[in-house]
Amino acid sequence: MPLLETQKMTKDFYKLRAVNQLDFHVEKGEIVAVIGPNGSGKSTFFNCITHIYSATAGRVFYQGRDVTGLPADKIIRQGIGRTFQLIQLFLEMTVFENMLLSVQEHRGSLLSRLFTKDDSEDIERAHEILEFLHISHLKDELAGNLSYGQQKLLDFGMVLMPRPELVLLDEPTSGVEMEMRERLMDHIRELNKQGQTFVVIEHNMDVVMNLCERIVVLDYGEKIAEGRPEEIQTNQRVIDAYFGVEE
Amino acid sequence: MKRWLFWGVVIAILCALPRFLGDYTLYVVSLTYVYTIVAIGLNLTLGYANQVSLCHASFFGIGAYTMALLLAQGWSFWLILPLSGIFGGLFGAVVGFPALKWKDHYLALITIAVNIITFFVMVQESWLTGGPTGVSGISRPSIGSLSFASDFNYYYLLLVFCILAILASIWIVNSKWGRAFRAIGLNELAARGHGISSFNYKLLAFAVGAFFAGVGGGLFAPLLRYIAPDAFTFFISLEFLIMIVIGGMGRIEGPIIGAIIVVMGPEVLRMAEAAYLIVYSLMLILVMLFMREGLVIVLDRLRKAIPARVGSRE
Amino acid sequence: MADFIQLLIGGVSMGILYGVVAIGFVLLWQTSQTINFAQGEFVMVPMFLMVALHIVLKIPFWPAFILMLVGSAILGYLFERLMVRKLLPGGVLVIVIATLGLSGFLRYGIQIAWTPQTLFFPPLFSTEPIRLSGITFSPEDIWNIVFISVIIVVLHLCIKRTKLGMAMQAVAQGRETAELMGINVRHIIILVFVLNSVLAGTAALFAAPIFFVRYDIGIFLGVKAFVAAIIGGFNQIRGALVGGLTVGLAETFAAAYITTAYRDAFVMILLFIVLLIKPEGMVGIKEEAY
Repeated sequence: MPLLETQKMTKDFYKLRAVNQLDFHVEKGEIVAVIGPNGSGKSTFFNCITHIYSATAGRVFYQGRDVTGLPADKIIRQGIGRTFQLIQLFLEMTVFENMLLSVQEHRGSLLSRLFTKDDSEDIERAHEILEFLHISHLKDELAGNLSYGQQKLLDFGMVLMPRPELVLLDEPTSGVEMEMRERLMDHIRELNKQGQTFVVIEHNMDVVMNLCERIVVLDYGEKIAEGRPEEIQTNQRVIDAYFGVEE
Repeated sequence: MKRWLFWGVVIAILCALPRFLGDYTLYVVSLTYVYTIVAIGLNLTLGYANQVSLCHASFFGIGAYTMALLLAQGWSFWLILPLSGIFGGLFGAVVGFPALKWKDHYLALITIAVNIITFFVMVQESWLTGGPTGVSGISRPSIGSLSFASDFNYYYLLLVFCILAILASIWIVNSKWGRAFRAIGLNELAARGHGISSFNYKLLAFAVGAFFAGVGGGLFAPLLRYIAPDAFTFFISLEFLIMIVIGGMGRIEGPIIGAIIVVMGPEVLRMAEAAYLIVYSLMLILVMLFMREGLVIVLDRLRKAIPARVGSRE
Repeated sequence: MADFIQLLIGGVSMGILYGVVAIGFVLLWQTSQTINFAQGEFVMVPMFLMVALHIVLKIPFWPAFILMLVGSAILGYLFERLMVRKLLPGGVLVIVIATLGLSGFLRYGIQIAWTPQTLFFPPLFSTEPIRLSGITFSPEDIWNIVFISVIIVVLHLCIKRTKLGMAMQAVAQGRETAELMGINVRHIIILVFVLNSVLAGTAALFAAPIFFVRYDIGIFLGVKAFVAAIIGGFNQIRGALVGGLTVGLAETFAAAYITTAYRDAFVMILLFIVLLIKPEGMVGIKEEAY
């Protein structure tokens, strides 16, 4: 049973079909890349999975359960973490508050959240993650005062906070400097070894080729190829659609 | 330690205050406590969760009518007061539903519409509400032999509830609820992306904010001993908005400062109603133009300045 | 049947007035994302201006009307210059709060500076009812409909056919693109603010004899214009007109056939019905969230 599966996922904006009949699956423990030219529907696909957009048609299964149409926050709480293409942070809150916010809804009842303080375990974990990302000195700074690269790291850190089983990353390395990019990739690999599953939208081919075991290529919302990095590199359709256009 | 001392002194002054006040001034201060409680509620809804409510006077009115009507049925004040809050809160949760879909100006208009409708219901459904003349002869409570019937004693009851409301709001703001309210208000997309339910917290923000207003209404009715729809118009909602905007949205002190200025200001300055409404309307514009944080930042600056001076003296 | 036609004409006459005010409202939103909660006061103030010029100072009708429009235009200009320009970067909520403040300021300003009483304004047209095969018309209603229709048609032609009108459309479509096309966006926005308040001033002339002149008339006018804009569709000038007519007809018929008690609340209930059934408005265009 795949960890995540979509069947015939389709999304129309007015008359424009952004995602077309997409069948997609991730097995537990994989790192899958979703690539494709700009506007090929990658981010829209993520947004349909997590129900930020309502898909026009198609179904989403997570751990075998049909989660189609569940509210976005509920899908997230099933154990899916995600980032957005444009970083989404709480800019007027501190870095540390951002970290704690990303985990607070994952445990306990609504009522208990009025009466319980943050878990010491969560606080500790937030410290660890910030430490690892080299931004722990900024923990009391407002997120809005961080540089773009730092915000990107915070965003990544927040996704990791609740230990999601499946992580959807939308361009995790764009705008992140070389050294940190390496660290991020190492960290993703490390987490993957511990059993976490990743789906990554990525434009940087080095990252894709180094990190991922399987690549899915989208063009005009359709899956035009799928396979191991070597296979994709030599696939004529991909070269036409993607490399031909972009580079 | 110093903080406790400060607040101890403030409360002692407030306790001693009635001995020095005339009947009317005592009433004005009492009214300030009631309005503070309502403004605290609006501050949670609008100041923290960023959900516009221009119908807090409706929630306030529901609390007040609940109190007036059930007292007339012979129920106990102490039983009705929580009910005032709960009825206000439930209605607030219902009003919160449009907020799931609309925000800002749409929500402002929708809540204005709610206020106008509830006002008409209060005026027209006289079998229930007593119509335009409202309900009179509202009694005040007692505990055992301690009666709050006199203005003097009722003042203390209001003071206690006002302090409780402030403490409750501090608790809520510092809880995970408060953090989620702010998260929804700041960036709903990010909130949803981290599993924070906008459904739950938007409705809660309305329900909690309306609960405070309902309790405020429940305390308001016995203070005046008489209520009528005029006390719950859209213009009163606007006054609550003025309070938190002038005082400082999204700050604990905001509604307190705002209520003091808006309720006590006209009495201190001995202004006609229309005159102070002009002044406050103008302040609404000026605060938006020049001081969006509200008057609370004046307090912040004082706070920063004073310890520095004390330090240099030592 | 006779009743019905009378009500229909009364409702249209009322509705077209709301429509004009709503059109200004929509124009402001389209070109500058300004929501004006003081829109009703932008009608109320010219009413008083007209009374001051025409009745108190006894200036003849037409010069008084022109002066009143000039006054309205200045109001609109100052509104943009002194408030909106500074507030817009703060977002919609800031504008909402500030214009609520402005509405109060104008409302209570008039109350204090002039009078809390209701002033009467002489009818513009003969009020002698016309009888036609058993149906009684008020000529006032007919003339209102005719004149305001002409104004709307002229406005429509100006927007669709003239260079300035097209520039306005371009700004509404997108600021950056308009700038690239060499349009002076600042000037166009000021123009729209002036146009809005002149429209409101014109509406004031027709509204004055019907509603009478009172400091707090603006609230209901403003709220109804806003409701009209939402009911019709916020992103369409056409929508504002349709919405205005719907509001006018609905409240007239509701008052006649259902109950007069909830006359002013009925419009609000209508708002909820439309929001539930067709949230983008009757002729509005759907927009995707996020």
